[in-house]
Amino acid sequence: MTSLTDLTVAGLAAAMARKEASAVEVAEAHLKKLDEHRDLNAFIAETPDKARAMASASDARRAKGEAGLLEGVPLAVKDLFCTEGVQTTAASHILEGFVPPYESTVTANLWRAGAVMVGKTNLDEFAMGSSNMTSYFGGVENPWKRRGDNRKLVPGGSSGGSAAAVAAYMVPGSTGTDTGGSIRQPASFCGIVGLKPTYGRCSRWGVVAFASSLDQPGPLARTVEDAALLLQAMSGHDPKDSTSAPLAVPDFAAAARNPDVKALRVGIPREYRVEGTSAEIVALWDKGMEMLKASGAEPVEVSLPHTKYALPAYYIVAPAECSSNLARYDGVRYGLRVPGKDLIEMYQNTRAAGFGKEVRRRVMIGTYVLSAGYYDAYYKKAQQVRALIARDFRQAFEKCDVLLTPTAPTAAFAAGEKMDDPVTMYLNDMFTIPASMAGLPGISVPVGLDEDGLPLGLQLIGRSFDEETMLRAAAALEKAAGFSARPAGY
Amino acid sequence: MSLDKDTVARIARLARLKVPEEELVPLAGELSGILAWIEQLNEVDTRDIEPLASVSDVTLPMRADKVTDGGIAERVLANAPGGAVYLDPHDRNAGGFFTVPKVVE
Repeated sequence: MTSLTDLTVAGLAAAMARKEASAVEVAEAHLKKLDEHRDLNAFIAETPDKARAMASASDARRAKGEAGLLEGVPLAVKDLFCTEGVQTTAASHILEGFVPPYESTVTANLWRAGAVMVGKTNLDEFAMGSSNMTSYFGGVENPWKRRGDNRKLVPGGSSGGSAAAVAAYMVPGSTGTDTGGSIRQPASFCGIVGLKPTYGRCSRWGVVAFASSLDQPGPLARTVEDAALLLQAMSGHDPKDSTSAPLAVPDFAAAARNPDVKALRVGIPREYRVEGTSAEIVALWDKGMEMLKASGAEPVEVSLPHTKYALPAYYIVAPAECSSNLARYDGVRYGLRVPGKDLIEMYQNTRAAGFGKEVRRRVMIGTYVLSAGYYDAYYKKAQQVRALIARDFRQAFEKCDVLLTPTAPTAAFAAGEKMDDPVTMYLNDMFTIPASMAGLPGISVPVGLDEDGLPLGLQLIGRSFDEETMLRAAAALEKAAGFSARPAGY
Repeated sequence: MSLDKDTVARIARLARLKVPEEELVPLAGELSGILAWIEQLNEVDTRDIEPLASVSDVTLPMRADKVTDGGIAERVLANAPGGAVYLDPHDRNAGGFFTVPKVVE
């Protein structure tokens, strides 16, 4: 029999249903992998005791015939989700030692479905970054390396630990959050599947807030079917999140098991052919379209004229909302406190010591664009541009059912390669941010390797609350691409 | 828009971030670089465009304005970095306070 850690979410659930392994055995096998690959720094906290207790409880439920959708499946949780009784840091010094007295809705949904938590994964501080290098707890190493080159590569970000843990077979699936590409870009860098649902599909309650009009939890896994299974368990209306959509949860897994794209119109946005994208990625994009066409889909060229403005608009909206959300870290209610001569100085000292450089930069940009006299010139302008971006997508979806684009402009880069200028780093998310700005679902599917042997993903973008069509197309792309490469040594 | 040192000091004060004097000038350069890049938005004609208020087409439901939890003061105060003061030390869920440095003489 193949090793338990090689199995997918669906494979593990099936093996446990057939009594080939218990949840406790499955948990132990994965905990051993966490131990073996601790060098990757994918986890901020491992929770072996909790994993064992949850696995025993899972076996007891199964014995009583009460198995849930993810019964006994071990998962890693991005350390941005509040987990009751387990430290939740957002990878920031300012929240070090914070132990939430409550559980986020998304993780509570996963545990209700029977899943088992093995630990909390590393991320960019407050999910602000595309490399995982802004974490207070150190960067995460991508399990993939360039052929013949031993340099450490970044896993992408911000859900870098969640992506690396899945790519290194430490867990079959994990949770992430995506504000501008934080699930899809690391999925592409690590050769796995990452799905950002439609804004409102998964509850944000109990997720440490970055930019509230953009943040959306979602799954990372090694197959499209697994991502669909996890999404199914994570989703659902939550009265505690006023932006949570009151919609029934479709059978996402069924959609992912049906790679039928006959007559499906796949839009290719011409504005995504931009300078700075690697030639290999452009070639892969063409190849991806050929694969879908060979499966019966129909390519359609579409135009999203405001694409190039999505990124600068995002860098107004996201910092503005972040400066407002992060105002709560004041050294009074939770987290770090650094004393000062008076209350104001205590706030200033606490926030200066508690926030890292990128977070401070974004808080300052956000404070500036929202300050008296500048609101119309920046925030209002950005929200107007955002309305145009959303309109572009609506018009494109009159001509097609799903869009196909690259996920990221490059493969994984080495730590420090793009650190010279913040704007260069921001360009990593150029293909993922437009869908985020419009609240649309997106999924990154691994499609091939570049000439250095690094994985590359393609992104499918769906209509609002139509993850099912997107999943069907993603399953077709996955099947045609037949991506089966593994990082050497994992 | 190019930011000067005084503006950066003002933003830092508004954001309640202590920025050492020697960092103000480099930070002004960095932030100005980001703002200059953002200014390409001025190329977009947004006359008569309503700013986006919500990405969702779904009508979000109202809920009853009722208290649904409470009486958990001890859990709420459990992470207080300066410690907590309870109204009734024998019933920690009866209520309590976060503590801050003295503000009034």
